[in-house]
Amino acid sequence: MSTETDIATSVPPVDQPAPGARLGLTGARLGRPGAAVLHGLDLEAAPGEILTVVGPSGCGKSTLLRTLAGLLPTLAGQVVQDGRPVTGPGADRALVFQEDALLPWRTARANVELPLAIRGLGRAERRARAEEWLDRVGLAGLERQLPHRLSGGQRQRVQIARALAGQPRAVLMDEPFGALDAQTRAGMQQLLVEALHGTGATVVFVTHDVDEALFLGDRVALLGEGRLNGVRRVPRPRDRAAHDDPATTTLRREVLDSLGTKTL
Amino acid sequence: MTAVTAPPKKASAGPPPSAARRTARFRPVVRVLSLLAALALWQLLTTLDVQLWLRFDQFPSVTDVAREFGQRLGDGAYWQDVSDSLRRIVTGFLLAAVLGVAAGVVVGRSRWAADLIGPVLEVLRPVPAIALVPVAILLFPSNEQGIVFITFTAAFFPVLVATRHAVRALAPVWEEAVLTMGGGRWRVLASVVLPGALPGIFGGLSVGIGVSWICVISAEMISGEYGVGYRTWQDYTVIDYPGVFTGIVSIGLLGWLTSTLVEVLGRRLTHWLPRREGTGTS
Repeated sequence: MSTETDIATSVPPVDQPAPGARLGLTGARLGRPGAAVLHGLDLEAAPGEILTVVGPSGCGKSTLLRTLAGLLPTLAGQVVQDGRPVTGPGADRALVFQEDALLPWRTARANVELPLAIRGLGRAERRARAEEWLDRVGLAGLERQLPHRLSGGQRQRVQIARALAGQPRAVLMDEPFGALDAQTRAGMQQLLVEALHGTGATVVFVTHDVDEALFLGDRVALLGEGRLNGVRRVPRPRDRAAHDDPATTTLRREVLDSLGTKTL
Repeated sequence: MTAVTAPPKKASAGPPPSAARRTARFRPVVRVLSLLAALALWQLLTTLDVQLWLRFDQFPSVTDVAREFGQRLGDGAYWQDVSDSLRRIVTGFLLAAVLGVAAGVVVGRSRWAADLIGPVLEVLRPVPAIALVPVAILLFPSNEQGIVFITFTAAFFPVLVATRHAVRALAPVWEEAVLTMGGGRWRVLASVVLPGALPGIFGGLSVGIGVSWICVISAEMISGEYGVGYRTWQDYTVIDYPGVFTGIVSIGLLGWLTSTLVEVLGRRLTHWLPRREGTGTS
């Protein structure tokens, strides 16, 4: 059996999208030692799904993502990827930050090349793939710009390209569009859906924007008061026309109620 | 310097580019004029033998010094002194740059290293490098190595401290980004810590090269192993004031040359920093 798994893991099909990871938390207490923010958390993201996470600020959304990434150990319980405990960060689980996570001394292309360099790809191949990804997120022609020369939306596109270029099996996104204006944000949501297409990656997407959560997510996890308040299936994910659908409206009201926001 | 003059002009809509360009064209002229004015004042004070509490009557004039300087430039001994001093400062400074950055990174990144070597470094840091001359004499077989050691010590601490601060001030998201791409400790060091700390490191290097000059000259004066510092002191003991001033001017020019090199290299390597004329970061 061991030889079979060895062969299966040592010869990964480089160009085939890797199947999405199954990420799970069981009985997890998360936070810094002595300052736990989430307790008794049981949550699972199925391979290839987009799980959005909403909650009021300070409820531990970022802590949840950092724990899934392997940057923070759990205080109790465990994090598992495909049944195996997560012990540290790795290329399998890419993290996309709210802002300013690009290395400012690297051009857009050099930023996207970084995960490829870490994977040991040759220079020519790195360059070609990075340019392909930048093209895919609509930044063709801006490859050689430094991050501070790009707009906030453009920088987040570079971040998405950088995260996806490494062919991760899961992408963890920490309010990636939170600092953008409403119009740019809607465009970026569409772009993300298109960029994810065909990658097969599992996505955990943290946001405080309910409409964003209901548009992008297959399911929405509701965080609040130090615990998980529930997970709801979104009726018609990634369909703008579903915005005024009665089922969506009901779900939106429920989500807003769980956030403690007063609705009409 | 640009900051003082440029922004108000930029705000107006009419002919700002040409105005800005005109200021830019005049800047080198102003700089040369500033030097010439200082020389003219010196010449005036000395040829008029001014005695206003400060006494300029025994002071060599610009022309005296220039004549002496001209003679020495044709003398092999002068160039021997210059190359001796340069060799010492380059060796000491490069050692300080490499070891200072390495120690600063280790102390800045590792709590263990900070506890193990931090206290020793903090106790040694306030000791002026030139006070280590007796130590250097005890430690090293030759004066030459002692002078390099003192030059090294002078630059080491500014570089160490600047590096440590720069490393600790790095944004954690950069490191987290590289870790979640599968990068390890060395990748973080090469791709995040060193490039990110570079602007701060060059601050330390600029201070370090200045202090290095002070110490190499003083050490040469004390130990008598040739070099510009030794020659300057030697000229003083035989009351050759034009010679002393030739030494002083040489030290000034060499110091200027080396710190400009450090500055230019620093600007090259940190060209990615958003400059003032840019559109800002957010």
